[in-house]
Amino acid sequence: MFIENISLNRRQFLNGVISTGAFVVASRLVPEDLFAQTAPAGAAIFNTKADTAPLHPSVYLGIEPDGTVFIVTHRSEMGTGIRTSLPLVAADELDADWSRCRIEQGVGDTRYGDQNTDGSRSIRDFYEAFRIAGASARSMLVAAAATQMNVPAAELTTANHEVVHAKSGKKAGYGSLVAAAAKLPVPKKEALAFKPKTAWKYVGKERQIYDLNNIATGKAEFGLDVYRDGMVFASVEHPPVVGGTVKSLDDKAALAVKGVSQTVTIDAPKPPLLFQSLGGVAVVANSTWAAMQGRKKLNVQWNDGPHASFTSEPFKAAMIEKVKQPAKVARNLGNVEAEFAKGGKIMEAVYYTPMAAHAAMEPPAAVADFRNGKCEVWTPTQNPQAAQDTVAAALGIDKKNVICHVTLLGGGFGRKSKPDFAAEAAVLSKKLGKPVKVIWTREDDIHHDFYHATAAVYHKAVVNGRGKPTAWLQRSVFPPIGSTFGAPAPLGFELDMGLDDTAYDIPNIRAENAGADAHVRIGWFRAVTNNFHAFAAHSFADEMAHAANRDSLEFLLDMIGPGKIIDLKAQGVDYSNYGAPIDKYPVDSRRLRRVLEVAGEKSNWGKKKPGGGWGIGIAAHRSFNTYVASVVEVEVDAQGRVRIPRIDQVADPGVVINPDRVRSQLEGGAVMGVGLAMFGEITAANGRIQQNNFDGFRVARMNDAPVQVNVHFVESGNLPTGVGEPGLPPVIAALANAIYSATGKRVREMPFSKTKLV
Amino acid sequence: MVNLTVNGKARMYDGDPDMPLLWYVRDDLRLTGTRFGCGAGLCGACTVHVDGQAVRSCQTKMSTLAGKTVLTIDALAANGAMHPVQKAWVTHNVPQCGYCQSGQIMSAAALLKTTPNPTDADIDRAMAGNICRCGTYQRIRAAIHTAAKERA
Repeated sequence: MFIENISLNRRQFLNGVISTGAFVVASRLVPEDLFAQTAPAGAAIFNTKADTAPLHPSVYLGIEPDGTVFIVTHRSEMGTGIRTSLPLVAADELDADWSRCRIEQGVGDTRYGDQNTDGSRSIRDFYEAFRIAGASARSMLVAAAATQMNVPAAELTTANHEVVHAKSGKKAGYGSLVAAAAKLPVPKKEALAFKPKTAWKYVGKERQIYDLNNIATGKAEFGLDVYRDGMVFASVEHPPVVGGTVKSLDDKAALAVKGVSQTVTIDAPKPPLLFQSLGGVAVVANSTWAAMQGRKKLNVQWNDGPHASFTSEPFKAAMIEKVKQPAKVARNLGNVEAEFAKGGKIMEAVYYTPMAAHAAMEPPAAVADFRNGKCEVWTPTQNPQAAQDTVAAALGIDKKNVICHVTLLGGGFGRKSKPDFAAEAAVLSKKLGKPVKVIWTREDDIHHDFYHATAAVYHKAVVNGRGKPTAWLQRSVFPPIGSTFGAPAPLGFELDMGLDDTAYDIPNIRAENAGADAHVRIGWFRAVTNNFHAFAAHSFADEMAHAANRDSLEFLLDMIGPGKIIDLKAQGVDYSNYGAPIDKYPVDSRRLRRVLEVAGEKSNWGKKKPGGGWGIGIAAHRSFNTYVASVVEVEVDAQGRVRIPRIDQVADPGVVINPDRVRSQLEGGAVMGVGLAMFGEITAANGRIQQNNFDGFRVARMNDAPVQVNVHFVESGNLPTGVGEPGLPPVIAALANAIYSATGKRVREMPFSKTKLV
Repeated sequence: MVNLTVNGKARMYDGDPDMPLLWYVRDDLRLTGTRFGCGAGLCGACTVHVDGQAVRSCQTKMSTLAGKTVLTIDALAANGAMHPVQKAWVTHNVPQCGYCQSGQIMSAAALLKTTPNPTDADIDRAMAGNICRCGTYQRIRAAIHTAAKERA
């Protein structure tokens, strides 16, 4: 038995991870050396084929003399289609033949700019960079052709991998121009001419994802599919309570399992937890199965530490009490208290959501190979630069000596931004002197997640004669994501997701928030705090509509009014706006109004009267700079079982790159939103998570999922924004509203399946 | 010693008889198309065919496979020609992350053997054991109908 201390230099970590983290606006999202024709010798951690191609005007793109175009995707593919969509943007500007483009997955490397694939911002932040990459190459090829053909560049056009001189009928294939183009300077961004929208060939058109055939035939390589010569397999028994340590270990029976070679104790992390391994005992074997079998034979006694006090039921009761008390003000418009004091009809409600697990279909896994002071890692990570940081800190080596290869991700949803599993593989490889694959079981994944926080949300309003609020107070309490990083209270970005940015036009609004203690690791889950904030706010809006006996859609449109750009700063909100500049991506309630109007048309809202167990609900929400309205239909049978025959999702995400993938994200977002709302619940007793696998933690199956999800776009011509997350929040509220419409029962707690509906 | 056929090749296995087929095809044969999702027969990601029936390979012990014929996703496309179910998956752009789709496709292919023209209810029943966390279910249903038409 060995002791390995995964200690982490917090400052190094915070500098590295948080600055590339999800919600901090990086000062320079796009790398400075984007335009560098040749990177300084030895600067790259790992050379791609784009780097080594003779013509490579960008870190994202290179062209070989045979005409092959290599496009690097530095964002992780976890099902959004980003690995295809960003290269399509570059290929379009290049006028490349898509069949001659090869996509390469970038390793973790700061030269690509931010790589933390979450926050629904890959397209938003890198659309322009990939346009530049394509346009730069095109411009250089055209300049080379002008010299070669001895014609003015202005007379040349490009199409389908060729430069064309229409007057003379001369043509030159891109490959034939590479050698000459490579000698030219890379044009300045300001000098580039982008294709007009009318000339777009790939952007806005349907396109199959690059990996489609490989997925359909089983050839796609995920993290679990990496095998290296001489590799051993490890399964890690983590402490059942966060912060727990090994009190005693008897590994005799484990070592007696055929194929098991040894056990390694990994020390518990020092706070804050960050993305460090939770520690525990690794069983190392010559196969996955042997490692798992050996692990079952371990006899480990644990020191649980203070978090053994954590039990969900009393924690919930305390949060519900706390949310009724005044808390820190995050937004203040007008004077809510003065308006309440005037009297009138007061409405109040408390909403509750439990913890949830990400439960991506591929459990966490990593292969690491440490040798000669350097470490190579293959892992399904959303954040390869954080993996570099975490591995480097765990090994006590420089980040530059960590190569993080990113495989396809079997789902991510936020969990795989946190590379604790990669650190485990790295530490074990260093200890054992050979490549190690760490495989988490589903139980490990459910027991040791960075959970979607549990929350209590309180709403209070005073309404006028038509039932419209004249003052609205909203307050949430939840254990913050910051707790994982040593921050005691919720950070601004957690409030800027549906608490302090409500876009209804109410003269007096106040938003308040308080933290709750975190006894497990809290992390970001698809759509993050929007899920519970939107559930509460748009359920409460529906409650007000029904209290006034008004149509829900008409009421929402009345609350929004004609719409406007909402100046949150003037209302005391230091709004982080998902890391996007507020002038380019304002909070615009006209767009929110528009998605609601379209949702009304597309869903035949108001045409069918609720009754006989059928009901319909609506909600709209802005998140990740994207506007989505959801209309959910439900059928509730005599046993109280909920069936969802149809959901309509109307989105305004600005320019749409690949419509099919945007639809698929909004379809999937509806399914995940439904699953989370109906069934998603993680609970703890004495610090231990009570669910183990997909029997205890239920997710939507085919027979639970909406039968039909129709996706509609609002063509706004605005800058492109994200679609990975915004599909969830409005669906959750619209589902609760539909259940009310069908049954007259107002469900204020998730999971909804716990409420008896008949 | 267990003699079996995997993807048309005769194989001999003499390891732990309790080892699930899943880890045999993945770790021993490096047929990695079959995915590990839950290890408990709850998610269907590891679905393969044994003698033509869809089974959860994570729950199928090697000791039960003497004389059996195993087909994994890796060899469902015979001689490079995609199975109608695979073709339909491509037509409908079913996958998002793709991880569960091997199991979905193997379950769907088995369904169409016994039920060549399934109704929505047949599909829901047969596919309820296969979880897709990305939520591709409606495309899976549509793709199965398309594949059924192609086979007919």
